[in-house]
Amino acid sequence: MTMSANSHVYLDANATTALDPRVLEAMLPYFTQQFGNPSSKHGVGETAANAVRRARAQVQKLLGADKPTEIVFNSGGTEGANAAILAALEAAPRRREIIISAVEHPAVLALCAYLEKHKGIRIHVIPVDRHGWLDIDAYRRALSDRVAVVSIMWANNETGVIFPVPELAELAKEVGALFHTDAVQAAGKLPIDLKATEIDMLSLSAHKFHGPKGVGALYVRDSVRFKPQIRGGHQERGRRAGTENVPGIVGLGAAAELAAAHFDDEQTRVRALRDRLERGILDQVDHAVALGAAAERLPNTSTIAFSFIEAEAAVMLLDRAGIAVSMGSACSAGSFEPSHVLVAMKVPEAALRGAVRFSLSRHNSDADIDRALAAVPGIVAKLRAISPFGAEEGAPVALG
Amino acid sequence: MATLQTTADRFGDYFVNPKHVGVLAEANAIGAVGALGYGDAIKLMLRIDPASERIEAARFQSYGCSALIAAAAAVTDMIIGQSVAEVQHISSADIAEFLGGLPAERMYCAVLSYEAIQRALAAYRGEREAATEPTLCKCFGVSEAVAERAIRSHQLTDPHQVTQHTKAGGGCCGCYKDIETVLARVNAAMVSAGELRAVQAYRPGSVPPSGIERKPRGDSPPPLGARAAVPSHITMAPRPAPVAAAMPRMKLPPAESRDRGTPEQYAQIEQAVQSVRPTLQRDGGDCELVDVDGSAIYLKLSGNCVDCQLASVTLSGIQAQLIEKLQRPMRVVPVS
Repeated sequence: MTMSANSHVYLDANATTALDPRVLEAMLPYFTQQFGNPSSKHGVGETAANAVRRARAQVQKLLGADKPTEIVFNSGGTEGANAAILAALEAAPRRREIIISAVEHPAVLALCAYLEKHKGIRIHVIPVDRHGWLDIDAYRRALSDRVAVVSIMWANNETGVIFPVPELAELAKEVGALFHTDAVQAAGKLPIDLKATEIDMLSLSAHKFHGPKGVGALYVRDSVRFKPQIRGGHQERGRRAGTENVPGIVGLGAAAELAAAHFDDEQTRVRALRDRLERGILDQVDHAVALGAAAERLPNTSTIAFSFIEAEAAVMLLDRAGIAVSMGSACSAGSFEPSHVLVAMKVPEAALRGAVRFSLSRHNSDADIDRALAAVPGIVAKLRAISPFGAEEGAPVALG
Repeated sequence: MATLQTTADRFGDYFVNPKHVGVLAEANAIGAVGALGYGDAIKLMLRIDPASERIEAARFQSYGCSALIAAAAAVTDMIIGQSVAEVQHISSADIAEFLGGLPAERMYCAVLSYEAIQRALAAYRGEREAATEPTLCKCFGVSEAVAERAIRSHQLTDPHQVTQHTKAGGGCCGCYKDIETVLARVNAAMVSAGELRAVQAYRPGSVPPSGIERKPRGDSPPPLGARAAVPSHITMAPRPAPVAAAMPRMKLPPAESRDRGTPEQYAQIEQAVQSVRPTLQRDGGDCELVDVDGSAIYLKLSGNCVDCQLASVTLSGIQAQLIEKLQRPMRVVPVS
């Protein structure tokens, strides 16, 4: 089954995924016939409340959470990470330090930069090595009873590298710090069993596993003293006020159930597709390296850094060839710096701006990989023919 | 709409099917701008007929985004067959317009292409590189002169526009105040020349830096042994090597085996190193030439440069400047 927009081969699942038609089907009634407010006492409201209850159980099951009440619905990963970190700081006002990794998503990085600058919170940024592995010694040294919360992602969005989050959470527990994980890329792709871990909070987003955009969930262990960021009504047991996004929540629940049913497919067929794509490209293209390939990675992600070219140009040419991929985080408005993840992994200068991310989902087929393999080597060769830089001389690479 | 359609296609055509790509063996004027470390580079090669002063042939190589490739390719088409005097007057705004406009954050591609033309023409005239142009932005090696030309050509009146047109300030943004100063100075001159209305001129402090923090500065973890050992039953992923300091320091090869080149070459390197020092000194840093060995220039950094998080960026900046001044590949190696 190939899901595609305008006959594009879509290999950008870490950005977002297509809504599964079965998820859409589950959502549709809640826009029209079952439009009730879950807080209402009448039957229309009751139906909506039941739908939200069912979705909560579906997400609970996906995460292996102990109780359904530990699931708080929200707008997605960014809100989840913000709410978790801020709640942790409020819960332990005397603890004024946070530990994060150098490769966190901007949802965590930008919040911590703000807290550091404006609230005087000390931020420990744990480095990674060139394989993307976390420096566990540095993490241990940063832990102390001054740390309010550790927020370390389960899997990296740019490279797919998986961190040993359950073990990191155990270490945090030793010093009484709360542990939050941004699992936006891991949830729905990897089996997770929270009740067997010391993880206190976890963020996820529905649209990364064929659910709708703008809806997600924050797992909050029942023992956590959680202070809400959005105050108002009693929805989500006071932890996230505002009338529930019922169709979205229903979609999240349905997507969670389908994702769990496809874990095997992800680990076998999708992984095989990814491996074939990666090997195929590396076999045909010199001076290319798969980032984080020596570490444990998500089965769907392959980020390949091509020396001597700029990824944006490759992404644009691939787009014209009908293949949708993305680059290691794009130049954003006002910044021309290369991806912080690639910088943290000390990717050599020649390849630092040449990383192209291929991320697959269960909607991809063998034919998709064939098309990508037919296009990528030629496009890289074309850009290298334009580039003044090359490998013939070895370092240093210079004009002149 | 018809013209929009045409120019939109033009951008795509130049990016997807650029003509005049590659090395022009018979070139007698070469203009090279940018560097690998800056994320953009253009090498423009021209064959100018000395008798007629017409551009007979032009080829380019470029490293960068789609807009940079399109702009450099468009430039070759714009100048082939033109006289030196005509090409001299092509502005970066002309290049952007020729492509049907560029997105705001890609305007620097037109500016960089313009600078490549100007350098090629300067090389044709046999002009040496200006002694030391003050550097505005270390992250991307943008000189004040480049910023000034972009401000004039595009009538810029906002520091963020200067970033979009030159990339200056698009890295650590430590030069924001300097950008403001240059912008105000150039705007004032433009007002005096009647090129800008006084109300439009930029006043330092009137537009704040973006102010949105992207990532924390971070704190290095306390030294080893600062806290109790972790229970041994917890196993971890393989341990990476200890994180090096901001910048690795190298050992010099033995003095007798060093290849310093000819005395002239060594003096040239000495002079080039002298010329980059003022930039470092402005930030409370400095550097000193320790020795040369073949293509390796051994430098000792001091002051604020030591342990600066951006030391490696500074080093690639210094390296790029030295390569440019010396016109041959060199490698800067920090020594303690």
